[in-house]
Amino acid sequence: MPKRTDIQSVLVIGSGPIVIGQAAEFDYSGTQACRVLKAEGLRVVLVNSNPATIMTDPEIADATYVEPITPEFVEKIIAKERPDALLPTLGGQTALNTAISLHGNGVLDKYGVELIGANVEAINKGEDRDLFKEVVEEVRKKTGHGESARSYICHSMDDVLRGVEELGGYPVVVRPSFTMGGAGSGFAHDEEELRRIAGQGLTLSPTTEVLLEESILGWKEYELELMRDKNDNVVVVCSIENFDPMGVHTGDSITVAPAMTLTDREYQVLRDVGIAIIREVGVDTGGCNIQFAVDPADGRVIVIEMNPRVSRSSALASKATGFPIAKIAAKLAVGYTLDEIPNDITRETPASFEPTLDYVVVKAPRFAFEKFPSADSTLTTTMKSVGEAMAIGRNFTEAFQKALRSLEKKGSQFTFVGAAGDKVELLKDAVRPTDGRVNAVMQAIRAGATPEEVFAYTKIDPWFVDQLFLIKETADELAAAPELTAELLAEAKRHGFSDQQIGEIRGLREDVVREVRHALGIRPVYKTVDTCAAEFAARTPYFYSSYDEESEVAPREKPAVIILGSGPNRIGQGIEFDYSCVHASFALSDAGYETVMVNCNPETVSTDYDTSDRLYFEPLTLEDVLEIVHAEQQAGPVAGVVVQLGGQTPLGLSQALKDNGVPVVGTPPEAIHAAEDRGAFGQVLAQAGLPAPKHGTATTFAEAKSIADEIGYPVLVRPSYVLGGRGMEIVYDETRLEAYIEESTEISASRPVLVDRFLDDAIEIDVDALYDGEELYLGGVMEHIEEAGIHSGDSACALPPITLGGFDIKRLRASTEGIAKGVGVRGLINIQFALAGDILYVLEANPRASRTVPFTSKATAVPLAKAAARISLGATVAELRAEGLLPARGDGGDLPLDAPISVKEAVMPWSRFRDVHGRGVDTVLGPEMRSTGEVMGIDSLFGTAYAKSQAGAYGPLPTKGRAFISVANRDKRSMIFPARELVAHGFELMATSGTAEVLRRNGINATVVRKQSEGTGPNGEKTVVQLIHDGEVDLIVNTPYGTGGRLDGYDIRTAAVARSVPCLTTVQALAAAVQGIDALGRGEVGVRSLQEHAEFLTAARD
Amino acid sequence: MTTSTRGAHRTPAVLVLEDGRIFRGRAYGAVGATFGEAVFSTGMTGYQETLTDPSYHRQVVVMTAPHIGNTGINDEDMESRKIWVSGYVVRDPARVPSNWRSTRSLDQELAAQGVVGISGVDTRALTRHLRERGAMRVGVFSGDAIQDDAALLARVQKAPEMTGADLSAEVATTEAYVVPAVGEKKFTVAAVDLGIKGMTPHRMAERGIEVHVLPATAGVEDVYAVNPDGVFFSNGPGDPATADHPVSVMRGVLERGTPLFGICFGNQILGRALGFGTFKLKYGHRGINQPVQDRTTGKVEVTAHNHGFAVDAPLDQVSDTPYGRAEVSHVCLNDNVVEGLQLLDRPAFSVQYHPEAAAGPHDAAYLFDRFVNLMEGQRA
Repeated sequence: MPKRTDIQSVLVIGSGPIVIGQAAEFDYSGTQACRVLKAEGLRVVLVNSNPATIMTDPEIADATYVEPITPEFVEKIIAKERPDALLPTLGGQTALNTAISLHGNGVLDKYGVELIGANVEAINKGEDRDLFKEVVEEVRKKTGHGESARSYICHSMDDVLRGVEELGGYPVVVRPSFTMGGAGSGFAHDEEELRRIAGQGLTLSPTTEVLLEESILGWKEYELELMRDKNDNVVVVCSIENFDPMGVHTGDSITVAPAMTLTDREYQVLRDVGIAIIREVGVDTGGCNIQFAVDPADGRVIVIEMNPRVSRSSALASKATGFPIAKIAAKLAVGYTLDEIPNDITRETPASFEPTLDYVVVKAPRFAFEKFPSADSTLTTTMKSVGEAMAIGRNFTEAFQKALRSLEKKGSQFTFVGAAGDKVELLKDAVRPTDGRVNAVMQAIRAGATPEEVFAYTKIDPWFVDQLFLIKETADELAAAPELTAELLAEAKRHGFSDQQIGEIRGLREDVVREVRHALGIRPVYKTVDTCAAEFAARTPYFYSSYDEESEVAPREKPAVIILGSGPNRIGQGIEFDYSCVHASFALSDAGYETVMVNCNPETVSTDYDTSDRLYFEPLTLEDVLEIVHAEQQAGPVAGVVVQLGGQTPLGLSQALKDNGVPVVGTPPEAIHAAEDRGAFGQVLAQAGLPAPKHGTATTFAEAKSIADEIGYPVLVRPSYVLGGRGMEIVYDETRLEAYIEESTEISASRPVLVDRFLDDAIEIDVDALYDGEELYLGGVMEHIEEAGIHSGDSACALPPITLGGFDIKRLRASTEGIAKGVGVRGLINIQFALAGDILYVLEANPRASRTVPFTSKATAVPLAKAAARISLGATVAELRAEGLLPARGDGGDLPLDAPISVKEAVMPWSRFRDVHGRGVDTVLGPEMRSTGEVMGIDSLFGTAYAKSQAGAYGPLPTKGRAFISVANRDKRSMIFPARELVAHGFELMATSGTAEVLRRNGINATVVRKQSEGTGPNGEKTVVQLIHDGEVDLIVNTPYGTGGRLDGYDIRTAAVARSVPCLTTVQALAAAVQGIDALGRGEVGVRSLQEHAEFLTAARD
Repeated sequence: MTTSTRGAHRTPAVLVLEDGRIFRGRAYGAVGATFGEAVFSTGMTGYQETLTDPSYHRQVVVMTAPHIGNTGINDEDMESRKIWVSGYVVRDPARVPSNWRSTRSLDQELAAQGVVGISGVDTRALTRHLRERGAMRVGVFSGDAIQDDAALLARVQKAPEMTGADLSAEVATTEAYVVPAVGEKKFTVAAVDLGIKGMTPHRMAERGIEVHVLPATAGVEDVYAVNPDGVFFSNGPGDPATADHPVSVMRGVLERGTPLFGICFGNQILGRALGFGTFKLKYGHRGINQPVQDRTTGKVEVTAHNHGFAVDAPLDQVSDTPYGRAEVSHVCLNDNVVEGLQLLDRPAFSVQYHPEAAAGPHDAAYLFDRFVNLMEGQRA
């Protein structure tokens, strides 16, 4: 039975900005789904506020709305587009929740839109704890297996004590009912703890109720990915086993596919229960993910939860098996059955089977605790990781060690030299799950821990523990051998040791190990991920390396371009770079090259086997890349390796690749050095006659002080050689400078501290440009809305710039060209400028694709990354203009006056983190980047675009209520008109005394409220921060005052974020917001697709 | 213990295919020499069931899943009294088993039962070779059994082939025995053991069937001596073309119209009894992920397979047979191989795959209910 004929158009909802727990995997799944639906001849309407996604590329859908994913905006899109159906299961929880709202408020009925891929009842059954418990009970009746964790409801301490007995003793989990964010819950290991936690819980709970639950900490944890079609055919696509036992969120666990420590009987029990659940919940078509806990002592199975949609785990499962869950889910949603869908990889067999693996997949999470020093780094059931790396090997040790080195984080790989430390201390450390626990375990093993001890402390399954011992014993053999024999080296490589690790153990340089290895003829082979363990021939070259016998890389004729991806997502290097890599692949494929992608991030579109001609799922280290280049050079001609689109990861390999004779195309390594090295870059600027803020380098406080004295406070200080503004700080006085130098542990003669003049009143500007050696194409000029001093990745910006004039653009263009030329760029460059007074300072230049490339590309309707890839391989701007890839004339610097205005806003992960006492972490924005994602608001008016960006990032701007205003002296004049507008729109104003006085003198009434620094008043008058916490403020306007006031402002901002109250930090933003509020108030905010914007822009250009 | 296991694994071993391709690895299980037909199995779980499945008699099984032995060996998951594979090829054997039911390691068990294995070979390359060239004879040699390659190849080429092999009698029980019904007894079934797996009578017993397992040599009179409500023909090793005795017994059952169910070899026997031919597949179906469509419902079940031969019956038409009309009831969606037969005028059906699973998914367990329904229908 083929696809349904009654559906002509489908609305797909994306997942919005990247946040912890909802990341690039939904771009991967959404892109697949849109492509499938389009190929089926359906009109695809897409909404997603995240511009840094492939799915929002105008080619992917027929009508792409980069609009906020709120029921209000989605209703506007539905009203305009009138789709027949809505597919909500591919955009994470955001899409699912939006769809449920639209169902609940009757919009879907009103416009006759059918929900496909899921029904509301099934979603509720899957997501509602109580309903799901009933599902599990039903399933137990049918299969004889599976249950929910046992629990006991208590209303008094007597109940609580009885409950513990009912549950079979300690430990127990105590969960107070109806408290915000699980406040007051905890583990009780004995009666004393129980009395304390449950006593507090009973008090905290508004219903004096706590739930006692049996503890399943330390149990084995598994996941199954299932798919079901409308004929009730069900397949289990993948089983995943967590290396970290129960207690750590699966997103934060090291996970392994397939399950390693289940007999067939036990696996079939999980499979039977899983299938019964998907049926009982009633997922009609599509995928779901089910999590299980298994008692290692007797195999008792507890069903933890299910997600009735495509998830992070399903993206992982798709990459792990070659079975594209999202793609198949989209086909099932429009009426196909599993047996009607061919398996892409074999082409001859159907999708109604269960993939079987002849390799092992390991996923490891990447954390960013260094960005949130006050956050509690204990891993719990709340996800805290910001990205992940996946690796494939022919055995666990190979895959595991590859995964650890894919994390590209200092200390993520096992080390076997130096003192291991104290065994007992290390084992005690390993009890607490943290980032890097496995390294503590390895050190404990080195320090003499037995397998039994490791299991006793960590509850990591003995089989996995033995694998760690196997790695350690291999390291011992490497260390003890009189010489590196071929057999020994091959054995170490089979267990995943890198040349660097072997070098460290043997006291050799990495390149020496590599030379020895190559001389002995030990190189990896490349095997295919084929869904079927080689039972059928694979048509898709999706490779992973292994030290095994036979390679499956086929010879080819066309010249290949190898594109290096960006590795695991992290703060500062996320999906934006994957976007650029994918674009390069598309553009170079169109230009006649064979494209070869290298990446290790399972969440991404770049690691979809459909994206490039060949995919190598491999770590992005020098060793791994060199081996791939070698393999591809054996297979046919290699035109070059592209390093400038995947962020710092590939850029950092540039010089070493060149030194190893690899043809690096685009901006040469020397040019990269010229931009990144301070001295060299200073010369470039001097030659081009461009000013940079005064600066100096220091290794002692005395040196730093004398530099600061000379250039004047405030100064921006930072360690050299860091990324993403790590450790950067704005220092206002000598005392703090001294403290900073003291706290910085990494200062040395080779690693000095950089001291720059901080431009306090400056407007920050970002420029993305293309340069081919002759001609500059100014991609776009972005004006930051926030003041200077906040990392560009964390601040909002507008394109085209809202306050810069023609003269400014001219200067920016000239400066950009001077730098691009001086550095020697061939491709993309991103430059950050600061306009202070009338001087245009150059802050820094990055000779690579920047975070803003997708935003700029979408805002100007020009595919910059595609153009950059072509320029890297020799095309000129003029040729690309002639070809139509770039506009025939003009560029992003001279957009028509009525061009749409795009606003980018950053999204911060504050709500994810708590300190060890359970309080929210400090939310102060600063020069160190901490945002995980971004949204874009686009409209013909700046105010509306700004309002949309806020709605997409934080929720809609208020259109009435109470506004709190507190601005710096310099802003007081320009605040008056927007403040009057707020009053005119019915806002009640509150202000600190100084601001209130100015307002009153101008005839605007404002209630005076106390500053945080003034404390609570004599009659209990609340401070503004307390008012915000109490939910009595709907809008906050707070511009920084400079030294002291800046901190007071930060308190206000922290409170605002904690309570999700919109907070504007510049008068420009206030003015923008007022325009937005005005537009919202008049109900005039419309929606327009990117395709319509592009058409308009193209027309205006001609 | 860890160290000693590692030491034993360093004994060299060689795998020699009859077409001359050679893989080198390390000894696993018993050290010595063994011969058989090289086949690969793609199941990721269930090695204990696979090893003890009599259908693997005289086969050297290559496991495509790299890690084997992780859950050790227990006393419950045996499908028969012993390990039947003649040789075992794995990539990364477990050093330490981990499972609450495990009583010993797989390595120990293989050694104790004298099963010669080899580890550390590129099992994927070997599998691809078998896929392209077809199942073929193989020898595995370790320790003192290793000679120069040419001598080993000559020994492999002298080993017997699977085509034409009559093996049921070698694996089946010699004495009849009874598996009692679980709970109330509802039916009696005579099960002809051609290499039966333990789970099969168990699945029947769960449904109130008392199963009389009879030796492969049992005649029609032996079958009816137990006064059966239904007759079952089991799985088993060897070439169905040689199975003349079971074919004649089955014809006797078909003539009497007793409800009949066959699995695997039993399906091939039914095919032959109905007058269809059988043929050897290039490399067979061995795994637990095979999509089979039940043509009566259109539904797809994920099933356990272990067969090197198949029935040659027309897929899209009803055939006339001496026992009335017959049709292909199940088909493998990967390659359109006949996976099930049913008579339209008599209560008889069979499947080529393994509804008893063990190892494998339970999707096809409904077939035992179908058998029960046939017996109920016959009573009514």
